[in-house]
Amino acid sequence: MIQLKVNGAARQYDDDPEMPLLWYLRDELQLTGSKFGCGMGLCGACTVHINGEASRSCLTPMSAAAGKEVTTIEGLSENGTHPVQRAWEQIQVPQCGYCQSGQIMQAVALLKKKPRPTDQDIEEAMSGNICRCGTYQRIRQAIKIAANQKAGAKA
Amino acid sequence: MSNRVQLASRRDFLTGMFSAGALILGARFIPAETAEVQVTSETEKATWHPNVWVGLNSDGSVVIVAHRSEMGTGIRTSLPMVLADEMEADWSRVRVEQAIGSEKYGSQDTDGSCSIRDFYDTMREAGATARAMLVNAAAEHWRVPLDECQAQNHQVLHAKSGRKLGYGELAAAAANQPLPHNSTIHLKKTSEFRYIGKGVPSVDLKDFCTGRAVYGFDVHVPGMVYASVERAPVLGGALRSFDDSQAKAVKGVQQTVVIEHAKPPYKFQALGGVAVIADNTWAAAQGRKKLKVEWDFGPNAIVQTDTYKRNLIATANKPQKVVRKVGHVDNAFQGASKILEATYYTPLLAHASMEPPAAVAVYRDGKVETWAATQSPQDVQKTVAEALGIKPEDVTCHVTLLGGAFGRKSKPDYVAEAAILSKKIGKPVKIAWTREEDIRFDFYHSTSAMYFKGGLDTSGKPIAWLQRSAFPPIGSTFDGKSEYGDDGELEMGWTDVPFAIPNFQAENGPAKAPVRIGWLRSVANIYHAFGVQCFVDELAHAADQDPIEYWLALLGPARKLDFKGEVEKFGNYGKPLTEYPFDTARLRRVVEIVADRSGWANKRTNKRAVGFAAHRSFLTYVAAVAELDIGSDGKVRIPRIDMAVDCGPVINPDRVKAQFEGAAVFGASVALLGDINLADGRVQEGNFDKYPVARMNDAPVETHVYLVPTEDALPTGAGEPGVPPMSPAIYNAVFASTGKRFRELPLRKQKLV
Repeated sequence: MIQLKVNGAARQYDDDPEMPLLWYLRDELQLTGSKFGCGMGLCGACTVHINGEASRSCLTPMSAAAGKEVTTIEGLSENGTHPVQRAWEQIQVPQCGYCQSGQIMQAVALLKKKPRPTDQDIEEAMSGNICRCGTYQRIRQAIKIAANQKAGAKA
Repeated sequence: MSNRVQLASRRDFLTGMFSAGALILGARFIPAETAEVQVTSETEKATWHPNVWVGLNSDGSVVIVAHRSEMGTGIRTSLPMVLADEMEADWSRVRVEQAIGSEKYGSQDTDGSCSIRDFYDTMREAGATARAMLVNAAAEHWRVPLDECQAQNHQVLHAKSGRKLGYGELAAAAANQPLPHNSTIHLKKTSEFRYIGKGVPSVDLKDFCTGRAVYGFDVHVPGMVYASVERAPVLGGALRSFDDSQAKAVKGVQQTVVIEHAKPPYKFQALGGVAVIADNTWAAAQGRKKLKVEWDFGPNAIVQTDTYKRNLIATANKPQKVVRKVGHVDNAFQGASKILEATYYTPLLAHASMEPPAAVAVYRDGKVETWAATQSPQDVQKTVAEALGIKPEDVTCHVTLLGGAFGRKSKPDYVAEAAILSKKIGKPVKIAWTREEDIRFDFYHSTSAMYFKGGLDTSGKPIAWLQRSAFPPIGSTFDGKSEYGDDGELEMGWTDVPFAIPNFQAENGPAKAPVRIGWLRSVANIYHAFGVQCFVDELAHAADQDPIEYWLALLGPARKLDFKGEVEKFGNYGKPLTEYPFDTARLRRVVEIVADRSGWANKRTNKRAVGFAAHRSFLTYVAAVAELDIGSDGKVRIPRIDMAVDCGPVINPDRVKAQFEGAAVFGASVALLGDINLADGRVQEGNFDKYPVARMNDAPVETHVYLVPTEDALPTGAGEPGVPPMSPAIYNAVFASTGKRFRELPLRKQKLV
């Protein structure tokens, strides 16, 4: 029996321990905000936070999620009010939107570690997340907006 | 001209969309030549086939039906926004509903960058008609002259008396108004637009940022099972035998099912194979890995990319069918003081949208209900119907959001798979392809070889230009035998080269398709623009002239091209040249603007790695300057792209800009990274490791888009035209920086150092 927390709620799982967390979230819990893109940790569409760290849920077996706290895009904020989500909306980052849950979760994790990221920091943190529509330029801008808002809030 | 807008009844809509007493209007796209005045009796209303719908409830809420698929362009917002503007509706009170697939909407195939140009007028007329009926109803209610009443932001006002009536209050009375003939309705002046030309955010924006948006991959229906299909690795392969004992031993696997293999022509058929049915996605995938399958691979099993490429290049280097002729190239070459020859090559490409193909199908009592990420729900209906031997009207297709598409998702083979399986096992079935399936079983962007020969006079000006191409055409997917490009493909940058050269000849040779060939964002324009725009750059350097100045000299005087007497017929993306001319003055203008705004001259003086290309596609004029940084290790970065765009009046500027920003990234993937290779007929790439697409650190850092519409022109296209100039602009910049002329895509496979 694997016990874990998903978006604050205690969950139990008693099936194939090798099944990636992504399919547990999507098929069992119907939390479909985390996306499948490659199944190999190459695209970042499945990014969630495990104990606060950005992680590729398509590569994380359920056994490795045991005892962990998992946060998905659905649990990031009430009604999409996280500063990163607000910045994403403000400059209309998404096109098709499919990769954006993963992009947002990755960006949130980056800003937690580096509240004022440089261009280089952003590129290093975000280059594992593919956007085939090509919204990178706006992702960059949105991360800077969110960083400034957060900095402003603290001041 | 008939009324394009007619009354509809509530039963034409999805259940529960409107309350009783609602005003519902439909608009229909009728080609001018078939238009005639139509009477709308009650019976005719019930059978009338409109394609755009608007409804107004008595609570004032407006529902506008989007009949185009949302794959990232924002069309599901922009077209309803046009209608709302003409209706004088308050956008905050508008809800957009996605249409199911139905012939009554006319074409729903969301491709060819055509949604705005095909439906802008229709949406405006639909909105203006609704507004007119609301104003009529208010005037009648107040018993005042019509011209004293005015619609304004969800209300009708009577200025003289200061009275107002809200749209909701007027809904029932407006529904009883006679339908105004469209010669009597007036469209807004540009200055009166509330949303058009300004834009509103996507109706899906909040859902995109919170994970609530529902794609084909996210559909869940009660009792559904998950299928994963093992297909023949070579196109045309057939199942010989299989052993599923180990697959069935996987926990969660329920059964295996054979899907009959497709026979040519493949069209949109399910390819066939062995499906593993399971309780969840993971179990299905694990089960499939345990299948032991023997295939008869068929005739394509001998295809190797190396050999195929050599043959394609050889074909392009021999005289072929003449598809455009001006003057006499052979004679002219004899008088040239300098001759240049070059051969270009581009590989097969996969679409690799972030969401792989996915659908759910439920077969019940001879009917199918599907939910699919599809660009073309009516093709879903037809394809599923053909696969199951039922009628298209017995297939209901709900259109989800699409996690990218780029042309792949107008081909519904994956939906057919789900439907076939649901019929065979009697349960709702979900099909969700892996990345490897997506890349190995695509309808590929075609591979091409192009030969060019230019003859220059003593001043360096070309007096003769010959070009020959070969590429397996899209038609092969549909007839199983086409080997020559059709008019549609050739007009995408091959026969419509706009240069004023006295002797010009374009030829096209045959190529057999070894895989399913399909259309990918901007289609044949990708390779044609690459070859033509790089070869012009070669000529400019041979003539020792600035590439943009040379290009403009070649473009010649301002004129409208019709290619009469030069090509058999010029289709102009299905639009008349009278309304959508091929105007070289517009092309010149975007070139001059991009040269100016990009700082081209300064960058050249400062020896920056800059390259240029310009191309008209989907009736839109685009000029691009690419600026590169090339490291001593050969690593290429793209600090900046400048693009000037004339796509006529812009309806939703931010979304149009976003399309061109995205096209710059898509084009960077084409230029730098992508190629699909065959060994023994099998696609060798399967995921983003071997088929890379641009990441943030490969993509242009800044793309500057200048929207410079021509006054009084019609809206053209936005989704695709940004892609074609990208790879030639990048390759020309590589030459400017390194002095090396590469003539094959992608750059990652060329030896820069």
